[in-house]
Amino acid sequence: MRLRQISVAVLATSTLLLGACSAGSLGSSDDSGGGKVTLSFLVDNGPETVKAAEQLAKDFTAKNPNVTIKVDTRPQGTEGDNLVKTRLSTSSMSDLFQYNTGSLFQALAPQKNLVSVNDGSWVGSLDKNFSITVTSDNKVYGAPWGQFMAGAILYNKDVYSKLGLQVPKSWDEFMANNAKIKASGVDPVIQTYQETWTSQLFILGDMHNVLAADPQWADKYTKNQAKYATTPAALEGFQHLQDVHDAGYENKDFASAKITDGLRYLAQGKGAQYPMLSGQLSQLIAENPGSENKIGLFAIPGTDASKNGLTVWSPSGVYIPVSTTGAKLDAAKKFLAFIASPEGCTSYTAASKPTGPFAVKGCSLPADVPPAVKDLQGYIDAGTSSLALEFLSPVKGPALEQICVEVGSGIRKADAGAKLYDEDVKKQAQQLGLEGW
Amino acid sequence: MATTTVDRTARTRNDASVAARKRAKSPYSNWFYLPAAIIYGVLFAVPTLTSFYFSLTRWSVFDSKFIGLQNYVTFFQEPGLVSGLWHTLLYGVVTSGLKVVLGMLLAVLLTSQIVARGYLRSVVFFPVLVSTIGVGLMFTVLMNPERGLINQSLSIFGITGPGWLTDPHLALFSVALVDVWKGVGLATLIYIAGIVSIPQEYFEAARMDGASSWNTFRSIIIPLARPATVTVIILSLIGGLRSFDLIWSMTRGGPGFTSDVIASVIYKQYQAGFYGLSTAGNVILFVLVTAIVLPLSRFLNRKEVEL
Repeated sequence: MRLRQISVAVLATSTLLLGACSAGSLGSSDDSGGGKVTLSFLVDNGPETVKAAEQLAKDFTAKNPNVTIKVDTRPQGTEGDNLVKTRLSTSSMSDLFQYNTGSLFQALAPQKNLVSVNDGSWVGSLDKNFSITVTSDNKVYGAPWGQFMAGAILYNKDVYSKLGLQVPKSWDEFMANNAKIKASGVDPVIQTYQETWTSQLFILGDMHNVLAADPQWADKYTKNQAKYATTPAALEGFQHLQDVHDAGYENKDFASAKITDGLRYLAQGKGAQYPMLSGQLSQLIAENPGSENKIGLFAIPGTDASKNGLTVWSPSGVYIPVSTTGAKLDAAKKFLAFIASPEGCTSYTAASKPTGPFAVKGCSLPADVPPAVKDLQGYIDAGTSSLALEFLSPVKGPALEQICVEVGSGIRKADAGAKLYDEDVKKQAQQLGLEGW
Repeated sequence: MATTTVDRTARTRNDASVAARKRAKSPYSNWFYLPAAIIYGVLFAVPTLTSFYFSLTRWSVFDSKFIGLQNYVTFFQEPGLVSGLWHTLLYGVVTSGLKVVLGMLLAVLLTSQIVARGYLRSVVFFPVLVSTIGVGLMFTVLMNPERGLINQSLSIFGITGPGWLTDPHLALFSVALVDVWKGVGLATLIYIAGIVSIPQEYFEAARMDGASSWNTFRSIIIPLARPATVTVIILSLIGGLRSFDLIWSMTRGGPGFTSDVIASVIYKQYQAGFYGLSTAGNVILFVLVTAIVLPLSRFLNRKEVEL
């Protein structure tokens, strides 16, 4: 009698435990029967990303009827980073996923968690500026998703021509323009702090100007020999953010506005200039029809007009986690090859207007790209562009967005903000085990 | 398999003598504790103990390296920590204070003979049932400085409302107010139970002696509802000190770091991938809440006995 009680209890407990364990592996559903393969593909939830992902999935299945691709979405920003890392570490990642390149890619411990695609024939056709941002230990891990972007100032051309303004090359010219724009009743600089990441452009997009002053700065920064607070050229970015706030050049609702609001203000001419990633142009055009020819782009101006140039972001990448195996792995590799082919570029273009040059040789931009993209291409063709810091150094602190919000809202002064950020990156550098920290 | 059976029979024999003594007390075997013990152990005790270990490591999801007390040093040097601690205390005290005062007043009102008492009781309690994240998102929309309902209503009376969640001096208090709105129903409920359990004789005797309603409130309800007050203070203080979901859904600690509490500081470190550091933060939060609530609970309960 007693024995039976015990065994029932043990049985019940072990069933419960088993139930608890299997919950973790719900993410991977294996249904690869009859030669058909279904791949899950995790992308960020930006509307243009999702559109492009679904288009590519459709076009790929049309070519390979045996493979179906299901698109899943995740949040952007730090929340998304966290989700990707957690799913990788618990082996519950989808079969393919799209994620940042550069320092964020390095933080995924690629040798351990991702499948190298070095053996793909398409790797040779990648732009060098892209492939170094998805390379770890001389192995390439990703295919490019989307196009190169710039961290620059998008401006409303109508406002500029109405007021007879010239594109500024130095910070002084920029502030002089702002004074005139303000006098005409238009908000000179749009800021949208409800989405905190948008606050960082004045600092991150200023990297070309920092490197123009000291080409070795990024290396020194990685080795803990250069700091934002103590390098005058690097501190400039924080100072600019403070200047814009102190002069009252931000839109009145800067603290509560979101990126959609910011793009709308710019398209409608309520605001004249928006420091932004050029990748957001596709959303701007999609949400504000008829505005695409009104928007131009210029590099964030620095102290020296003669050295002014553009800071460029590498596209994000598509990766395969080590948890993808067998028939799924083969299909996933095929899909990556498709993405990194001229066909893939065409498919992407069909879903979402390209906003910069592709990272694949043989892909060309359509002739009717918006003027802002032509402006961007102009800087690249002229050779006055540099990669952003996150592609040159693995050191990027997590709190930069909050610090920028504080500096841009007048809560903290520029030099204090820079100092705080230098403290913040220390943790990241130590976590990565870099030398000299 | 065989060994376990032998083992079990042996244990059963041992248990038999113990059980024989206890049989009069309880007809059930101690083995019934096992399922609960295993679940508690696996889901609570083991993670808690391992977290003490991991707080001493530099831990990326993929591997960990023992670094001694370094994380605690870093955590205490964190510039956001001091303000985070201060905000946490402020938030805990403000919310629990307001809940005590408002909960008591509402309970007195809702135990008196008023129209639609049952309906009003459910109205007061209703916000407790709504999801915190839902409440947070709803109030974020209502509190939008330009397009939110609150400031638009104020503007009808010619008042320019503040940026509830965007003004660095106000943000934390706005969230605290929403927390009170959501939590006061529970405080009221506890107080209603406390007040209803006060014997009617006291009120009758007081009325005979000609006590005013203020006197009744001061000298009967407040002292005799003390157990309810203790419960409300302890519950809402613990809730306030570890509060996170509402703050995160409304301001994410912003603007900047102006409404950051310890829990959100820890969460942001976790998001950034500093798992060892954030685990150390959790250990500190655990110690802090215990250090505040345990003596407070002793103190308040002793008072109750002395009474």
